[in-house]
Amino acid sequence: MVEKELTIKNETGLHARPANIFVKKASSFNAEIKITKDEKTVNAKSIMGVMSLGASKGSTVKLQAEGDDEKEAIKALTELIDQGLTEEEGG
Amino acid sequence: MRGVAASPGIAIGTAVKKKDQALQADQREISPEEVEDELKRLQEGLDKAVEELKQLQEETEEKLGPKEAEIFEAHQMLLQDPEMVQTVEEGIKNEKKNAEKALEEAVEQYASLMAGLDDEYMQAREADIRDVGARVLRILKGESDEETDLSPDSIIIARDLTPSDTARLDKEKVVAFVTADGSRTSHSAIMARSLGIPAVVGLGRDFLEEVEDGMQVIVDGNEGDIYLNPDEEKLEEYQEKLAEYKKEKERLARFKDVKAVAKDGEEIEVVGNIGSTEDVKPLLEQGGEGIGLFRTEFIYMDRDDLPGEEEQFEAYREVVQAMGDYPVIIRTLDIGGDKDLPYLEQPEEMNPFLGYRAIRLCLDQPEIFKPQLRAILRASHYGNAKIMYPMIATLEEVLAANRLLKESQKELEEEGIPFDRDMEKGIMIEVPGAVMIADALAGELDFFSIGTNDLIQYTMAVDRGNERIAYLHSPYHPGVLRLIKETIAAGHRNNIWVGMCGEAAGDELLMPFLLGAGLDEFSMSAGSILRIKELLGFWTREEAREITEKALELKTKEEVRKLLEQNKKTAL
Repeated sequence: MVEKELTIKNETGLHARPANIFVKKASSFNAEIKITKDEKTVNAKSIMGVMSLGASKGSTVKLQAEGDDEKEAIKALTELIDQGLTEEEGG
Repeated sequence: MRGVAASPGIAIGTAVKKKDQALQADQREISPEEVEDELKRLQEGLDKAVEELKQLQEETEEKLGPKEAEIFEAHQMLLQDPEMVQTVEEGIKNEKKNAEKALEEAVEQYASLMAGLDDEYMQAREADIRDVGARVLRILKGESDEETDLSPDSIIIARDLTPSDTARLDKEKVVAFVTADGSRTSHSAIMARSLGIPAVVGLGRDFLEEVEDGMQVIVDGNEGDIYLNPDEEKLEEYQEKLAEYKKEKERLARFKDVKAVAKDGEEIEVVGNIGSTEDVKPLLEQGGEGIGLFRTEFIYMDRDDLPGEEEQFEAYREVVQAMGDYPVIIRTLDIGGDKDLPYLEQPEEMNPFLGYRAIRLCLDQPEIFKPQLRAILRASHYGNAKIMYPMIATLEEVLAANRLLKESQKELEEEGIPFDRDMEKGIMIEVPGAVMIADALAGELDFFSIGTNDLIQYTMAVDRGNERIAYLHSPYHPGVLRLIKETIAAGHRNNIWVGMCGEAAGDELLMPFLLGAGLDEFSMSAGSILRIKELLGFWTREEAREITEKALELKTKEEVRKLLEQNKKTAL
């Protein structure tokens, strides 16, 4: 299992579009991924779970992943959060 | 009864009450042997729902554009939410509930969870979750997605319409819709305007009690009025209005695909004002040959933080591209006054209309202004964009804004990002002081656009929201007319063109005055375009000039109105 603590940097936090972007990315991995804020842990592939965390700017969250691609998952999600949860530029 | 006029037009038809797709599932206890079957049934239901949503997304994208279709992608995500699916499955496995009941309970649980959160965005997701839940439930019950036998003059009555409802409205049969909830900017109102169906929203929940299926209903989407079981007199009145409306529509239809021309064949630019990306389609359908005012505030509203450059660029590019060769004048952020952005945390002011707003705020906070300038520049590469600064009062403001624009151009150049080097720059003329120094301002610019609403407010010292002094807020006041004339004259002396994007540009009475004063471009709401195009054809600039000269000699707004009334030309 891989674990990592992170701080949410973007203004909106893990709400709205940024939450969609986060969940979409998490769902692209096989590993089971969990995200924890304070005492509450939810499935990182659940849009409703993630939004109900209420993680706003400055919140600390813990990511946990378990599965064959756990390392890649944590790496990708860390990058996403560090970049402020914007969609990758395409086209 | 009166609600909010959400989409213009008139309809007379038969009420079809939309059953509130309240999730109503029959409860049944299942035996342990049935668990597997129920789980399978649930999975099939979910798969089918995702399939439907995908199709809906495609259809909507084709009909209305990718922005409107986005909601159905979000719905798919909700449906595939592992936590919710797990909750439903546990209801089947552990509590031995049938799939319908287990689903209903899970949806209820998550919907109230969202509704209870202290966040507007997530509260709004409640409706989405219920919408999605109702879809799966319907599939599980084996019912189809088609509207049940609608008569060809159906008026849909509902508490509110979900995105799935509006996307599926059969335009051949539905002549209008009316909702108890909603506002002019709610989803259903925007969709109604895009589809061109008259709509009245926000009538209040009590309204639903008063309507019954099959009732005759009149919907006046221009005024926001609804009449249930109208009496003979009302019915006749509206039948006449409807006939007139249809006749006018037919008469004006021929102006949709032709350029606006004056009587002597001179081409005049008649363009539209828009306030969001959704307004582009209706504008083109109404014969708009460009956009004279693209208000950008919508990108900044209803959110918790400033939009980034990327997001803005996407929105501007979408509009610029959709308009092809037609001009698109993008106005930079005009916030302050009566439009507030809570997340900017501005101190309250005694006189917000005379305060820290629009270009004043933008020049003071370049970290807000620069991303917008860069986004507009980047969008200019994809069509015929122009930039316009609001609320300019001094030459220094023009110079400072242009300096920031130049800085942004340099940055983009260094980053190798393409933009239109010759993009025209203009300002809104709203402050009388700016009119008095228009010659100086013109030297730094490519165009002026007169914003009559604010120009009148500042010229007449009248708060336009105050009904007790509303009589002062008139474009016919000779003082206002002289400022308009002087703005146009100053522009032309300095070889720049002059447009108008305030409400007065679509004022049928005032049109000859503006034409005679030399106005180059008329920009108005989409609904006025065809009528102004028609009227322009009755005048030459020469003829109109006589009206202008006469009007400028008058002393009161009543004298001006009388003159304009006397010289009105109509199609009949």
